[in-house]
Amino acid sequence: MKKVIMGNHAVSYGVKASEAKVISAYPITPQTHVVELLSEMCANGEIDAEFIKVESEHSAMAACVGASAAGSRAFTATSSQGLLLMHEMLHWAVGARLPIVLANINRAVGPPWSIWTDQNDSLSQRDVGWLQIYVESNQETQDTIPQAFKIAEELQMPVMIVMDAFFLSHTYEIVDLFDKEQVRKFLPPYEPEIKIDVNDPHSFGNLAGPDMYMELRYMIQEAMEKSIDVIKRVDREFEEIFGRKYGLVEAYRCEDAETILVTSGTVASTTRAVIDEMRDEGIKIGALKIRVFRPFPFEEVFEVLSKTEKVAVIDRNISFGGHGIFFQEIKSALYGRTDVPITGYIAGLGGRDITPEVIREIADKALTDKKPERYINWIGVKR
Amino acid sequence: MKQASIPMEEYMGSGHLACQGCGATQAMRFALKALGPQTALVIPACCWAVIDGSFPHSCIQQPIFHTAFETAAVVASGIKAGLKMRGDTETTVMAWAGDGGTFDIGLQALSGAAERNDDIIYVCYDNEAYMNTGIQRSSSTPVGAWTTTTPVTSYKTRPKKNMIDIMAAHAIPYIATASTAYPHDFMRKVAKAKEIKGTKYIQIFAPCPTGWKLSPELSVKMARLAVTSKVYPIVEITENGQKLDVWKDFEPTSVRDYMKPQGRFRHLTDAELEGIEKEVEANWQRLLAKEKLLGSIPGLG
Ligand SMILES: Cc1ncc(C[n+]2csc(CCOP(=O)(O)OP(=O)(O)O)c2C)c(N)n1
Ligand code: SF4
Repeated sequence: MKKVIMGNHAVSYGVKASEAKVISAYPITPQTHVVELLSEMCANGEIDAEFIKVESEHSAMAACVGASAAGSRAFTATSSQGLLLMHEMLHWAVGARLPIVLANINRAVGPPWSIWTDQNDSLSQRDVGWLQIYVESNQETQDTIPQAFKIAEELQMPVMIVMDAFFLSHTYEIVDLFDKEQVRKFLPPYEPEIKIDVNDPHSFGNLAGPDMYMELRYMIQEAMEKSIDVIKRVDREFEEIFGRKYGLVEAYRCEDAETILVTSGTVASTTRAVIDEMRDEGIKIGALKIRVFRPFPFEEVFEVLSKTEKVAVIDRNISFGGHGIFFQEIKSALYGRTDVPITGYIAGLGGRDITPEVIREIADKALTDKKPERYINWIGVKR
Repeated sequence: MKQASIPMEEYMGSGHLACQGCGATQAMRFALKALGPQTALVIPACCWAVIDGSFPHSCIQQPIFHTAFETAAVVASGIKAGLKMRGDTETTVMAWAGDGGTFDIGLQALSGAAERNDDIIYVCYDNEAYMNTGIQRSSSTPVGAWTTTTPVTSYKTRPKKNMIDIMAAHAIPYIATASTAYPHDFMRKVAKAKEIKGTKYIQIFAPCPTGWKLSPELSVKMARLAVTSKVYPIVEITENGQKLDVWKDFEPTSVRDYMKPQGRFRHLTDAELEGIEKEVEANWQRLLAKEKLLGSIPGLG
C-alpha cells in the first residue's frame, strides 16, 4: 500500500512491520513523532509490544538492553543530546552483543541550542561498535528497519539507522508500506540461543580478566568484518522479496567520472541533481553516497574512487582539531593504494541548507583546485 | 517479627569473591532462598559485580545480567518486559544494588521504574558507602562516619538521605527495611514482595567489615545493634505509601555500643556522640509520630 508519510513515521512503520516486542524511548525534537506513532500503535493493539515510557534516554537504552537480553526484539529512537546521554549504554549493548535497533535523527549538538541537522551526534559515537547506516529517503528509511534487525540478529550486534533532521525526518514522501506477511518471510522472529532464562541460567557480563577481555573485543571486530557480507546478502534477500536494494555505497554516474563528490544522507539526492546538470554541460563528474558507515566499506569505496582523478568529500560534521570525519575515512580507505588527490569540504552544519548552489560551488572548487590535497575547506562561513 | 523457616536449598554456591563477614553476601544468600529458582537478577557496578565471580564462573544458580552502575532498576524493567513478550510472566526479576547505585547514581532510573510501577523487586544492600571503589562516602553514609572522601578531619556532617521516604513518595505497593541480623524477617519480606505486583523496594542493612574497620565476626552483631539502638529502624510501608509499621518489639540498646566497635566512628568525641544519640532519638520519635499519623487517616488505616 502506498501512502504519503513523513520520514519519522517511515521509521515507525518499519518498526511495526518488524514486530519489535519491546520499545522504549524518550522524546526529543526532531525524533518525537517516531515514538508518538509507535506508542499509539501499541496502545490500540496494532503492534503487540511493551512500550516502556522511561525517564531518560540513558534508561531507554538500558531498558532495550534488558529486553534484548531477555530474548525480545527491542527498538528505540533518539537524537542529538539523547544519543549522547545513551553513550555508556551504547557500549553496553555492543559488549553484551545485543541486536538492538536504534533510529537516530541527526541533530546538531549544543551549546548553542540547535534542533537542526548535522552529523556530529552520531559520528561522535563512531567508535562504540554500533553499525551505522545513513539513509536518504522515506522509502529507504522504512526498508532499512527490518534489514537492520535481520543484520543485527545474525551478527548479535546493534544497528543504528541515521537520518537528517527535518530534511528527512519531517519531509513527506510517498512510501510503499510493508505488508506484514511479506516482512515475516524476510525477517524471522528473534530467537537467540542464549538469553535470560531461569531454565538455562547464565551469568551475563560478569568480570573478565586480562586473559579473556581481549578475545571478547576481537570477536566484536570479527563480527564487524563479517557484517559486510551479511549486509550485502540481506540486501539481496530484501530485493528478492520487495524489489528494492540499497547497497553499502551507491555510485552515481561514476564509471567515466574524472571527479567524484562523496556525500551521505539527504545531501546525496541533491548532489545527484547537480551531477546531472553538470553532465549536461559535458563535465565528467559523478557522486558516491556512503550508506553504510560502520562497518566502513573500504573495498567498495576503493573500487569506485581509485578509478577517478579527483575526490571531493562533503562533510556535514567536523572532528575538531582534525578534519571532516567522512574525509578521514575516505583517506584511510585509499591510503597506500592509490594517489588520487582528496579534498575535504565542511558544509551545512547546524541545519544550514546544502543547496544545489552550495554543491555546485564545491564541485567548481574541486574541478579548478590547483593544489587539491586540502583537508578542510569551510563552505559558506561568514567571517 | 514473625518467624519464617529457612529453606535448605542453596542458590548461592562456593567460589564467591566477598570479604569475610560481608553482610551483602549474607543478604543475597537469604534473598535467593526466599525467591527460589524462578528468579532473574540484575546487578549494577558494586561489590556484588565482583562477588559473583569472574567469567566463566558465577556463584549464583539463577541468571544474572550485569549492567552499568546507574541502570539496575530500568534494566530489570526491560528484562521483565522482554520475558513477558516471550510468554514468561512468572519469573521474578530482582534488581540488586548497593547504596551508591541506589541513593545516588541509580536514583533516577529507580524513580522512573517506581513511578511506572514496573513489576520488579529492587533490593538495596545498604553498607553506607561506595565499597567497591575503596570506601568513599555515598549519600547513605551516616553523620560522623569516616570514609576515604570524608576523612576524620572533615567527616560527614550531612545526614543520611532518607531513601525510605523518597520511595514512599512514589506510592508503590511495598517498601521495607531489614537487617542481616534478622534473616527470617528479611526473607519474609522478600517472599511477600514476590507475591505483590508492581515495584517493591527493600533496603537491607548490610555491614561491611572492610569499609567500617570492623572485625568480621562482629558483622551480624552490628547488624543487630543498629536496629536495637534505633539507628536503623525496621519498617514496612504498605498501601501505596499510606501505611507505616515500625518494629518496636526489641530490648533497646545504646547507640555507643553500636558505634564503638567500628573504626569509622573512632574519632568522634563524647560531645559528638551525644549529638548523634540525640539525633537518633529525634528521628525515632518522628518515625513513631508518622506511624500514628498515617494509621489515623480514615479509610487508609
Ligand atoms: C558511571 C560510573 N561511575 C563510577 C563507577 C565506579 N564505581 C563502580 S562501583 C562504585 C561504587 C559502588 O558503591 P555501592 O553502590 O554503594 O556498592 P558497594 O560497592 O558498596 O557494594 C563506583 C563508584 C562506575 N562503575 N560507573
Ligand atoms: S568491601 Fe564490604 S561490601 Fe564489599 S565484599 Fe568486602 S565486606 Fe562485602
